[in-house]
Amino acid sequence: MDIDLMLRVYPFFLEAAWTTILLSVLTALLGLTMGTLGAAARLSRFAVLRFIGAAYVSFFRGTPALIQLFILYFGGPQIGIQLDAFEAGVIGLGINAGAYMTETIRGAIISIDKGQKEAGRTLGLSNWQSFYKITLPQAGRLMVRPLGVNLNMLIKATALVAAISVVELTYTAQRYIGSTYKPFEMFLLAGILYMIIIYATGRGVAWLDRKVQIT
Amino acid sequence: MGLDFTVVPAHLDIILLGCAWTIGIAVAAALLSFFGGIVFAVIALYAPWIIRQPFRLLEWVFMGTPLLLQLFLIYFGLVQIGIDLPAFVAGIIGLGLHFAVYNSELIQTAILSVDKGQMEAARTVGLSRGQALRKVVIPQAVRDVIPPIGNNMIALLKDSALVSVIGVSELTLSAQRAIGATYRPFEFYLVAALFYYAINLCMEWVQRRIERRIAISR
Amino acid sequence: MSDKSHFVEIRHAQKSFGALEVLKDISLNVERGQIVAIIGPSGSGKSTLLRAINDLDPLTGGEVWLDGVQVNKNLPHRQYEKHINEMRQDVGMVFQHFNLFPHLTARENVTMAPKMLKGLSSAEADKLAEEQLEKVGMLDRIEYYPSRLSGGQKQRVAIARALAMKPKLMLFDEATSALDPELVDEVNAVMKKLAEEHMTMIIVTHEMDFAASVCDRVLFMDQGVVVEEGPPSVVFKNPSKDRTKEFLRKHLAGAN
Repeated sequence: MDIDLMLRVYPFFLEAAWTTILLSVLTALLGLTMGTLGAAARLSRFAVLRFIGAAYVSFFRGTPALIQLFILYFGGPQIGIQLDAFEAGVIGLGINAGAYMTETIRGAIISIDKGQKEAGRTLGLSNWQSFYKITLPQAGRLMVRPLGVNLNMLIKATALVAAISVVELTYTAQRYIGSTYKPFEMFLLAGILYMIIIYATGRGVAWLDRKVQIT
Repeated sequence: MGLDFTVVPAHLDIILLGCAWTIGIAVAAALLSFFGGIVFAVIALYAPWIIRQPFRLLEWVFMGTPLLLQLFLIYFGLVQIGIDLPAFVAGIIGLGLHFAVYNSELIQTAILSVDKGQMEAARTVGLSRGQALRKVVIPQAVRDVIPPIGNNMIALLKDSALVSVIGVSELTLSAQRAIGATYRPFEFYLVAALFYYAINLCMEWVQRRIERRIAISR
Repeated sequence: MSDKSHFVEIRHAQKSFGALEVLKDISLNVERGQIVAIIGPSGSGKSTLLRAINDLDPLTGGEVWLDGVQVNKNLPHRQYEKHINEMRQDVGMVFQHFNLFPHLTARENVTMAPKMLKGLSSAEADKLAEEQLEKVGMLDRIEYYPSRLSGGQKQRVAIARALAMKPKLMLFDEATSALDPELVDEVNAVMKKLAEEHMTMIIVTHEMDFAASVCDRVLFMDQGVVVEEGPPSVVFKNPSKDRTKEFLRKHLAGAN
């Protein structure tokens, strides 16, 4: 194992890790937004919105994220969407993650007993009031863990933007493998940084999950 | 520039060939991941400490890093140690091992949830530990685990697009070839997406049928 | 307004799910301060009738009136929502499975609706919660979450939650059916107390003894119709219909 080489190149990996983190945070925020909208559409009382929500989930979960990213980045200019690689990465991965989060959020909401909403309605609360005061706080607690799984997947999926040349961890590893012919060392550097990010995120999710539970 | 799908039929033969490659690679990787998953699960649960612990660390690394990075390691790593495999073989190994780790997680949970009494009963009729595992415990665990493994296999199909990055001429790379000739990325990537979507729907249909059969057989 | 004299009035209530008719032309009047029990086998439509009174299960035909106002008015969606939310503030309901809000303490369960809908300050709402929980004997558990309460305690908090809205009418939908036998009495005691205060109550129950001792009137329902009704002394001791006799024979035998 070439420790000298690793020590020489690790600052570049560290810098790339920040790009991976930034990419993950922005993608997660967009994903949560899309997931919330998607779940709202899927649970809407209007059939058109329900259909749109279901089609969104089905298509984006049914095709490879890499292809979605390519359509947006390479195909976007044909329909007037001009994005740089980083923007395309955030938007493409965010929309993709949103489809998975839609199902997570919707699943948590529909798992709350119907009697809860009924009890709110009989007290005179409106549909919306009983949703956000009664159903949502309970569903929110149930969502933390599965959204954490979505987040874990999302962080690993940010590696895909290497294929459109965003200089993040996987791209950096690929480039140094090409120039140094030391695949194992480069994998180790990138892998350790990924595992730190994923481990820290996992701890954060576990902490949040513990914090929101009712004792 | 606008969209023009009339260019698609002329290149449909490349796309279909790519589709066949995608299916072939996915099937091979799925088989590897299934049997690999069983072997990994048994190692993770029953191997001696000295093997088990490093192995678990390895599993943890596989689950904590992106598949694309793992594909680079396997593809270039094998070359470095002097094994020059065709890209598609490296792709199958990479995909297969990656999903074997995820399947192993499911199978481990399933093995642990098979009633302890089953192992005891098998041992009392004189089976060795290995025989009891092979003949009694694992078959039950595998049945429990088929529906969630189905989900992993659907994920595997979609992730097989990644092997295009190491130069395997499957569906995604075929679309790229057609784009190279026509400069029509939107059209061809969308067509590729629809092929993936169609295969995906077929897999979901099969999965539902299998789940129903399992439900009936209980 | 000619027939404004009745406090609760159900006129020709009809309800079907597809081809299945669960309520067949039921009419019923309840006066202020009256306590009415509805008994009958499961599937007789008694819960459906009760849940139609606050429009939780809307009728497919007929009218429900409360204190001179029609509950199930035909209005455009938005106006109807506003109307029904106001009506429901006057009608308390207690469920078989309590439906306490698990993410809120006993106190918060009681204060939420008065704060949101009646504009009570936190101090006022807290005082109200203490009064109501005291009344049901749950003041000492005021900061408990539902997961730490027994079934009977949960149901008493649920009653306090309904009472905090100062309802004109209380509906009880098998309030003791999900409770272990030894916890039934504490809930019945609370309901008796309300009866002594002349709260108007409509109670769906399968506890014949309780119905007999507390209620002014008993309705026996079967297959979507009211088979027999009258004071408990008549319905329980001297029923005139065969179906009533048969039902009571089974249930009084089971109770003893």
